[in-house]
Amino acid sequence: MPKLRILLGQIVAFILFALLIGYFSNSPSYTYHDPEMALIMVSFSHASEHKEKCRRFTQEEIAALAPNMRRTMDCPRERVPVYVEIMMDGNSLLSKSYNPTGLAKDGSTSIYESIPVKPGQHQLIARLRDSKREGGFDYESSISISLEPKELFIIDFRKDLDGFLFSER
Amino acid sequence: MSALKKILRTGFEHVEDWFDVVFGAKWNPLYQLGALGWFYYWIVVISGIYLYIFFDTGVTQAYKSLEYLTHEQWYAGGIMRSLHRYASDALVVMMMVHLLREFAMDRFRSVRWFAWVTGVPMLWMVFAAGISGYWMVWDQLAQYIAITTAELFDSLPFFGEAIARNFLTDAKLSGRFFTLMVFMHIALPLFLLFIMWIHIQRHASPKVNPPKGLAVGTFCMLLILSFIKPALSQPPADLSIVPTTVNLDWFYMPLYPLLDNVSGITVWIVLVGATALLMMMPWMPPGKRVPVAVVNLDNCNGCSRCAADCPFGAISMEPRSDGSAYEQEAVVNTSHCTSCGICVASCPTATPFRTKTELSPGIELPENKIKELREKTIAASNKLIGGDRVIVYGCDNSLNPAEMSDTKVGVVTMPCIGMLPPSFIDFVLSRKLADGVFLTGCREGDCSFRLGIKWTDARIAGEREPHIRKRVNQERIGKYWAGLTRSKEFFKELTAFRMRLNKLSPMQTESRNDTKENSEKVDA
Repeated sequence: MPKLRILLGQIVAFILFALLIGYFSNSPSYTYHDPEMALIMVSFSHASEHKEKCRRFTQEEIAALAPNMRRTMDCPRERVPVYVEIMMDGNSLLSKSYNPTGLAKDGSTSIYESIPVKPGQHQLIARLRDSKREGGFDYESSISISLEPKELFIIDFRKDLDGFLFSER
Repeated sequence: MSALKKILRTGFEHVEDWFDVVFGAKWNPLYQLGALGWFYYWIVVISGIYLYIFFDTGVTQAYKSLEYLTHEQWYAGGIMRSLHRYASDALVVMMMVHLLREFAMDRFRSVRWFAWVTGVPMLWMVFAAGISGYWMVWDQLAQYIAITTAELFDSLPFFGEAIARNFLTDAKLSGRFFTLMVFMHIALPLFLLFIMWIHIQRHASPKVNPPKGLAVGTFCMLLILSFIKPALSQPPADLSIVPTTVNLDWFYMPLYPLLDNVSGITVWIVLVGATALLMMMPWMPPGKRVPVAVVNLDNCNGCSRCAADCPFGAISMEPRSDGSAYEQEAVVNTSHCTSCGICVASCPTATPFRTKTELSPGIELPENKIKELREKTIAASNKLIGGDRVIVYGCDNSLNPAEMSDTKVGVVTMPCIGMLPPSFIDFVLSRKLADGVFLTGCREGDCSFRLGIKWTDARIAGEREPHIRKRVNQERIGKYWAGLTRSKEFFKELTAFRMRLNKLSPMQTESRNDTKENSEKVDA
């Protein structure tokens, strides 16, 4: 094969490789989130109530414990699940129960949910139950929001700040 | 599995045919995948050091410093950034093709498991280093990657609070995040280099540099690509806005779209499962373990040629253990030996001319003894009649030359053509067992046992011990490195070789009776 043809062949091979790298290094584009939609993100970490209250050990129970582990109070560490409900314009966006973290289910409950919604004016109600009660909620907040396409609206929760926190741009 | 390998190998060899025409065997990129990977790694490191000088670790400064490099300093920083990106992408391509090719060529089982298994963590290192690099830009792509990666980690039941919460608002993000990213982006490639070094530990004279011409060509390609299509940032990250459409680097992020459609746990199962599967592949099923080379101290003078020629560093020279006057002896590391037999050909005692004492060289393969090779050669020769008789020596890893055995062509195969002592060629020609010797095996530049073809060529050319004797007429030696698929070309070359033999002095006609006599003499 003449030298010129070999050289041309090499150039073609390098061009093909360059095209492969040049194209796939940032193409084709990928649509992660519909640009016509806004996104509501419910994200917080919250320690719910313990499942059982502390109680005093009886003398017999204390005596049954190993001498170096004797204590007067029994405080089970397990916490109750956190139930969260988000309503938008009367419709349910989220209605879910979350277990506490940890092998003994004694850690905080971590919640991280993203919900795409149509932009515009909306009425939001956020409710949370973190106690043993069977019905109703321990916390409830509502807000009127106006969302734009691609906007990220965050629903946070801080017990020390009396409940739900809403972020708006 | 073996059918899949054969299909893949055939496919590779057809592409290699084309590359052989264009680049030649020495520059063929498919024979240089590992070396090209190393070359791209160094480009990434050097360009990365330059970028690091100007990179600012801060929530807003990171993006700005890269914009400065890309636009204000486009002639240096911009080019370096593009080289950094494209060489990283090329590294992924080389790595994946290298993995696939080693699988297709079945060069990962039995004692060759080491390079394969040490290569698997390199996949994780390369991808982790690449992805951490994209975070540092802190544009919308980085925002998407940060959130999605954090969500992937959050799917594991080890973390109390969601890591992804760190990317909810700009206020939650601190400059320390970028310091962490810089640390990771430097530490991971350093660790990768360490694993790369381990990866080649069982290879003697590993190929870590591609041929100069190929290196220059591929570097120019990256440089021109950097000028034509410079690497750019996407719009700056803004945590109050959801990144919608992102331009992924598909070499590093092919799994990210999957994360949006299946649970994180599923992705972890896929990743961990694939890693475990890759790790276990050398034993699925285990490769056939052929008895390894054995040193015969009675015939070993400690010349160290076998240690110098072993492609896998399986032979070491150690102090003599048998009280002999020689200082050293060859010792075979059985866990490294691939039973290729290249060491046998390097041994000066592996000569078929030995008739007075038993033909037992200083080192040999128990299942492929030199004595048997001589017997096979003589047996193959005895079937040949007429003129232009040829003995073909081939290897077990390429096309099966036994199929072409006829009254003109006698075939003898061995694990690797590098196992053929050059004295056998002299033996065949001087004893008039044939009119010519034709060598074949794997493709030039791609010996299944790495150096078999290289050493054979050098020995015949008189450039490496043991040399072929000067009395051997080189015109009576032919060779064609056919691999698995070039049977047509092989026959063409063999026919041409026989025609050339016919034009040489008529050795064959006078030799027929001598041959038998010689054979008997040798047998005796």
